[in-house]
Amino acid sequence: MENLVSIGIRSIFVDNMIFAYFLGMCSYLAVSKKVKTAFGLGLAVVFVLGVTIPINWLIQNYILNQGALSWVSADFASIDLSFLQFIVFIAVIAAMVQLTEMAVEKFSPALYGSLGIFLPLIAVNCAILGGSLFMVGRPYNLGEATVYGLGSGIGWLLAIVALAGVREKMKYSNVPGPLRGLGITFILVGLMSLGFLSFLGFSI
Amino acid sequence: MSAAVAEVVEKKSEPLFSKKNRKLISNPLDIDNPITVQVLGICSALAVTTQMKPALVMSVALMVVTASSNVIISIMRNTIPSRIRIIVQLAVVATWVIMVDQLLKAYVYDVWKQLSVFVGLIITNCIVMGRLEAFAMGNKPGPSLLDGIGNGLGYGLILLIVGFFRELLGGGSIFGFKVFEAMGVHYTGNGLMLLPAGACVIVGIVIWVQRSINGHRETH
Repeated sequence: MENLVSIGIRSIFVDNMIFAYFLGMCSYLAVSKKVKTAFGLGLAVVFVLGVTIPINWLIQNYILNQGALSWVSADFASIDLSFLQFIVFIAVIAAMVQLTEMAVEKFSPALYGSLGIFLPLIAVNCAILGGSLFMVGRPYNLGEATVYGLGSGIGWLLAIVALAGVREKMKYSNVPGPLRGLGITFILVGLMSLGFLSFLGFSI
Repeated sequence: MSAAVAEVVEKKSEPLFSKKNRKLISNPLDIDNPITVQVLGICSALAVTTQMKPALVMSVALMVVTASSNVIISIMRNTIPSRIRIIVQLAVVATWVIMVDQLLKAYVYDVWKQLSVFVGLIITNCIVMGRLEAFAMGNKPGPSLLDGIGNGLGYGLILLIVGFFRELLGGGSIFGFKVFEAMGVHYTGNGLMLLPAGACVIVGIVIWVQRSINGHRETH
């Protein structure tokens, strides 16, 4: 249990997807102009990360790893399918995003209206695929992988809402012309990332 | 493999270097740069630029993937049903990325190790998907190839500029060659440049300089 809390805290603050690994930057910069839309996209990312990482964990450990197929038959013990990792993971992610979209559309049309356009975009958000690839490199079990997925998503949500909040205020400041928009946003992200550095070495 | 595809395509379309096609290569280097203007492919641009060597390998890998997937999708563009096009595009891109990944693993193992998950993340690199959607779905294979190469070059240009400053200021070297030691000057590396924060600030400044020169402005 303590282990799970520690993984959760680490993935939200210390190994923050944006400030430590720069994952999901494209949509992070593109959709952070208003707090409301940023929050919607963030929620969708939390959900998709929380679902795809455990599924990909199961696939990695019961199908792709060397010897993982031995539960089917002892003859398969020497098969190593890990080179298929990328294509299988991205297929799972695309399928899950599609399913989520259909489910949200059916059960909560209001949420679909506010999230709608962002959901398909999530399939190509590097934070999702990156989360799965990082998960493979770490010795997590199924529970830990789920917590890691949710934690990374929450970290991403925090980061995008924080940036959107700052950018809403930036509208009223006098930024030099060529720096306006993208340039100043990058420098802002740099400064926020410096702030998040203070969580480094933080452990429970 | 990609070279073979490229050759076939080049033979088919004779006036490949017309004025319009030359623009496909030169525009992404400056006024239509994938990173600083189209805001695509930022994640890897920041993450792999602590040194110049991985930045160079990454740019070449991305250029190969963008150009070859552009060609394939452009050939298939009239037969792909539009409802499932994203998953078709992802499958094509993932296939090329797997090939590039295996090649890098076989020939430049240490750089492959350093790039870690970022080779795999070319699949979800917005430059590749963005160019497929915006260009290859509506254009012939020849121009699509050039568009892919041009955007790969524009991406590589920014990566190398950012990598140059980060490696020089952060570690005092260029491509692993200790510049300051060779000049006989003692230099203590600035650790901030190697951190995410340094990368963001450098990209911000690159955008600032570029936009002061070419006059591009954003309202707000």
